[in-house]
Amino acid sequence: MNLRLREIKKSFGGAIVLDGISLSLEGARALALVGPSGGGKSTLLRILGGLEHPDAGEVELNGQRVLFTEKALLRHRRTVGTVFQAFNLFPHLTALENITLPLEKVHGRTQAQAAETARELLARFRLESHAGKRPADLSGGQRQRIAIARALGSKPRLLLFDEPTSALDPEMTSEVLDTILELREEGLDFILVTHEMGFARRVADHAAFLSDGRLVETGPAARFFASPAAPAARAFLDKVLKY
Amino acid sequence: MSARWTYLFAASNEPGAPPPPWWARAANAGLALLAFSLIFFFSFHHLAYRLRWDSLYPYRELFWRGWLTTIALSAGALAGSTLLGLCSALARGSRLLVLRYAGKIYVELVRGTPLLVQILILFYVVADAFGVQNRHLVGVLTLSVFSGAYISEIIRAGIESVGRSQWDSAKAIGLTRGQTYRYVVLPQALRQTLPPLAGQFVSLVKDSSLLSVIGIQEFTKSAEMVNSRTFSTLECYLPLAVGYLILTLPISLWTRRLEERHRYDT
Repeated sequence: MNLRLREIKKSFGGAIVLDGISLSLEGARALALVGPSGGGKSTLLRILGGLEHPDAGEVELNGQRVLFTEKALLRHRRTVGTVFQAFNLFPHLTALENITLPLEKVHGRTQAQAAETARELLARFRLESHAGKRPADLSGGQRQRIAIARALGSKPRLLLFDEPTSALDPEMTSEVLDTILELREEGLDFILVTHEMGFARRVADHAAFLSDGRLVETGPAARFFASPAAPAARAFLDKVLKY
Repeated sequence: MSARWTYLFAASNEPGAPPPPWWARAANAGLALLAFSLIFFFSFHHLAYRLRWDSLYPYRELFWRGWLTTIALSAGALAGSTLLGLCSALARGSRLLVLRYAGKIYVELVRGTPLLVQILILFYVVADAFGVQNRHLVGVLTLSVFSGAYISEIIRAGIESVGRSQWDSAKAIGLTRGQTYRYVVLPQALRQTLPPLAGQFVSLVKDSSLLSVIGIQEFTKSAEMVNSRTFSTLECYLPLAVGYLILTLPISLWTRRLEERHRYDT
């Protein structure tokens, strides 16, 4: 992906969440957004996913400027997939229906085509035996992998993960991280907000450190995680890697 | 109490506990029914009045037609008020402020005024001005307007019970606002709204009796007419109670079944 951000600003009710984020990436595969809570990572991700309007600034993805009008945003959202911390599956639909709903209603597939795609995805994540279950009957890890399958169904050009494992047990965390790693190996581009530093280091090729609404440091992931240049980034990494 | 007696008369009230066996349910329902019957049996016995059912017999046709009219009015108003309630609830979540306020004013105006006044004004003033002569049509519309305001509130509460994260998720997969309502929000809101909706529908059936003031011969009106001729008040009004129960009980049972079908954990 080629990603260019210019002076992104966003505030909620007077509180500044993003204070002029600028970033330029060429040919990146996986970008990890890291930093302390409340630093603006999730808000930035929501802007990239077209779920939030910035107050000011520009976003350019693969050479295309993202327009923040309702109509353009709807189109934009349909080309990227977002995976949330709390899974956000539809509780009244089965696992299969959760995946087929956007395929049928947004991407114009027939019921049969949508079901076929959904079954392929479920099989790939070894979830085919859970196709007919509702989210409440599935474990957290299974739910999150179904949410990933739902996001993948329409073959998005970019996948956005918003702390995909923060609501999971350690055991289930690894099952979700394995899935993300698989996608990475298949060459899917993504942006990941996470607190799993070890994982971010392993899966991302670029890292961006956000704190207090500012982009403090950015660079190749290997270099950033080994020796962050900014004192704030170093302090943060020391703290989270302490235990 | 021994275990067997506990088994017959008591059941777990923990959420998600299995229902008691059918014979325990039947026995206890019978017992409760018996208790109510005793109260009425005693009261009627105390009255020492011999009911003269034969005095009603010549008017059976009148009762029957009144009952059918009530069914027709209720069915029409049930559909009308659901539609109006849904539209008004959606209007109140609209981006257009004028629609939002229109919904709000409609609900407050209707809920705050007596149905009787609404019927009289809508029939003698509004319908007259618009040249609508059919009193049955006006009756159904008035009842729809009245009940729609309550249903609007019920649906709105249901919509608001669906969390922000569901909207987020629907947005993220690219659904339009209309599609989000249709496929994500309303199906989930339905489950929340069914119990209060059932209550509202039951009220609606009974409220249809007020339409007699604009000369519609529905069920209650029939009973009143027969009463004025035979002076056998109890004999006229007891069948009225039964007739309404026959209409309202299925509504309660039907919505309960729907509720069962839409049960899922969140």
